[in-house]
Amino acid sequence: MAYEEVINGLNLKDTELRLGLPGGEEKEQDLEVSCVRRNKRQFHQTTDEHNLIEESSPPSKTQIVGWPPVRSNRKNNNKGVSYVKVSMDGAPYLRKIDLKMYKNYPELLKALENMFKFTIGEYSEREGYKGSGFVPTYEDKDGDWMLVGDVPWDMFSSSCQKLRIMKRSESPAL
Amino acid sequence: MNYFPDEVIEHIFDSIASHRDRNSISLVCKSWHKIERCSRKKVFIGNCYAIDPERLIGRFPCLKSLTLKGKPHFADFNLVPHEWGGFVHPWIDALARARVGLEELRLKRMVVSDESLELLSRSFANFKSLVLVSCEGFTTDGLASIAANCRHLRELDLQENEIDDHRGQWLNCFPDSCITLTSLNFACLKGETNLAALERLVARSPNLKSLKVNRAVPLDALTRLMSCAPQLVDLGVGSYENEPDPESFAKLSAAINKCTSLRCLSGFSEVAPRCLPAFYPICQNLISLNLSYAAEIQGNHLIKFIQFCKRLQRLWILDSIGDKGLEVVASACKELQELRVFPSDLHGEEDNDAAVTEVGLVAISAGCRKLHSILYFCKQMTNAALITVAKNCPNFIRFRLCILEPNKPDHITSQSLDEGFGAIVQACKGLRRLSVSGLLTDKVFLYIGMYAEQLEMLSIAFAGDTDQGMLYVLNGCKKLRKLEIRDSPFGNAALLADVEKYETMRSLWMSSCDVTLGGCKRLARDAPWLNVEIINENESNGMEQNEEDEREKVDRLYLYRTVVGTRKDAPSCVTIL
Repeated sequence: MAYEEVINGLNLKDTELRLGLPGGEEKEQDLEVSCVRRNKRQFHQTTDEHNLIEESSPPSKTQIVGWPPVRSNRKNNNKGVSYVKVSMDGAPYLRKIDLKMYKNYPELLKALENMFKFTIGEYSEREGYKGSGFVPTYEDKDGDWMLVGDVPWDMFSSSCQKLRIMKRSESPAL
Repeated sequence: MNYFPDEVIEHIFDSIASHRDRNSISLVCKSWHKIERCSRKKVFIGNCYAIDPERLIGRFPCLKSLTLKGKPHFADFNLVPHEWGGFVHPWIDALARARVGLEELRLKRMVVSDESLELLSRSFANFKSLVLVSCEGFTTDGLASIAANCRHLRELDLQENEIDDHRGQWLNCFPDSCITLTSLNFACLKGETNLAALERLVARSPNLKSLKVNRAVPLDALTRLMSCAPQLVDLGVGSYENEPDPESFAKLSAAINKCTSLRCLSGFSEVAPRCLPAFYPICQNLISLNLSYAAEIQGNHLIKFIQFCKRLQRLWILDSIGDKGLEVVASACKELQELRVFPSDLHGEEDNDAAVTEVGLVAISAGCRKLHSILYFCKQMTNAALITVAKNCPNFIRFRLCILEPNKPDHITSQSLDEGFGAIVQACKGLRRLSVSGLLTDKVFLYIGMYAEQLEMLSIAFAGDTDQGMLYVLNGCKKLRKLEIRDSPFGNAALLADVEKYETMRSLWMSSCDVTLGGCKRLARDAPWLNVEIINENESNGMEQNEEDEREKVDRLYLYRTVVGTRKDAPSCVTIL
């Protein structure tokens, strides 16, 4: 198979100058060559440039379903924290919770609400938490204070070092 | 043909355990078929939808042990919807109604309900052994039924299942008269454990050889357990976050020292590394060590521990051991036969220097010449390394390499890894299972088709260029039974080239490939003895029949040979053509 002869879908042999009749023994090679085109979608009618670009950029690790191929109980067991300290502005002492006990944000937030007897507002990606005087934040592995809820749960639970429930007056950005 | 009476032939057959050999025997002649089927005690069914319980019982009425597998392998990685199928209930129901003398049930990737477990526990008076691997759908209430009703229970082995833990008292449900336990593994349970009940159970089980507890069993409880079970061969340790005080540590050491039969160690899911030295005295006896859940233990502690394990045959660890750690393993563990290195950093957040590379793999291959099985997650690989590994270890039966970044080439030459894997299949003439990764063209499949004569299972992800790749495999690998492919450019031409091939295979999985609905329909028409299942993202994708949809690519295709036609329990997201 002549990989080198196909450039941008054009078979340059067509325009090559030679002495024989056109067609003939070239036909079989043409068929084989067309399978070798970079466009991997052979049976689609639309040669969608957009799709080609999407396909050629390598998917990042965190976005691929089922990758790397490990069972979910291993994924939950990764390096990082189990118990984290939880502080609440105005509360006299800190508490500790085991992040592994929760599977998602709603469960965690409910547990926090129960523990400290307050309500967290409603989360939206644009505006953070609305509707209450409290905002849940956490300290990540880099030491930065982040808003709880922005990243996927797995990513959060493996990088969360500490939780702090801030009073709205202390969090100027929100 | 039969110079001996049937009983003598049966006696001869008794010494043949392998189910493949027994299957062959049954094909020799009618007489042998009959003798074999009436004397068969153990049956293995690799795909629960290939046959139905009625036919199983009809053929093997004296069945005592049944192994069933349900969902396709990629279900372990969330590629199969939960409701897809693989329900064990109809099997237990049929076996109960036919009054089969079932003693052992081993299930993998099946859906098990509390009702099924209850029915199981009440239907078979001699039931002895339940092994569940990667199953789901049940709770500790189901375990309570098993504990309470199976008078002769010897083995309860729960490996990596999703079990809803109701924090009840299932351990309390073992009656005082239950003294026959030989193996108890509940490491995958997430909730609290009734420690007193566990201790009483262990104390009255003199034959207990294997005990694997869950995270909720702390250090002092473990010490007491080991003290009343010094005959243990296989121990799975729980968790203990805090550093033990000197007295606790001393007690633990004393208990461990008495366990002179201990050969296998696992668990350590949340363990303070300073507890590990308590186990040093028994390291030299260990043949199997599973520290792959020990995320808290750093590389250097692991290395210190492993270097004492001179007799180790099986090692499962995390890649936090690093290449340096693997070099220590290579020099210390000369008897190593199986190695699994799992990834510890699954979110790509860290620039992980401690992860393993081709250097560790080469070191292992050079030091551990008895190695025949490997599962290796790494961040990079080279052809040169694979070629060296192939030279050092031509005895691989299982070779599974997973480079964490898809499509990653040889990191030194930037070429594809075709030559490296080619060297592996060429050198390892007994290779039965292979998983490939990294940047791969059709050429690697040419090599696989040409050289991998004993290959039974092949896993492909993000590899190949054209249909020819898949064709090389289908045409070349005569013993292929299971082929699973994801995110690779193989389409209808490859799928339809040799339909008869699928009769020789258990199953084919293709997801995010280039096969279309039209191609799958054509296959289903040409091969009525196959179940061709299309798994859709959501229900609405299923049933439209117009022209345009025929060219739609199929998200997930799973096909398998079967003698019982279309299954009736498929959910709406599955279309069976």
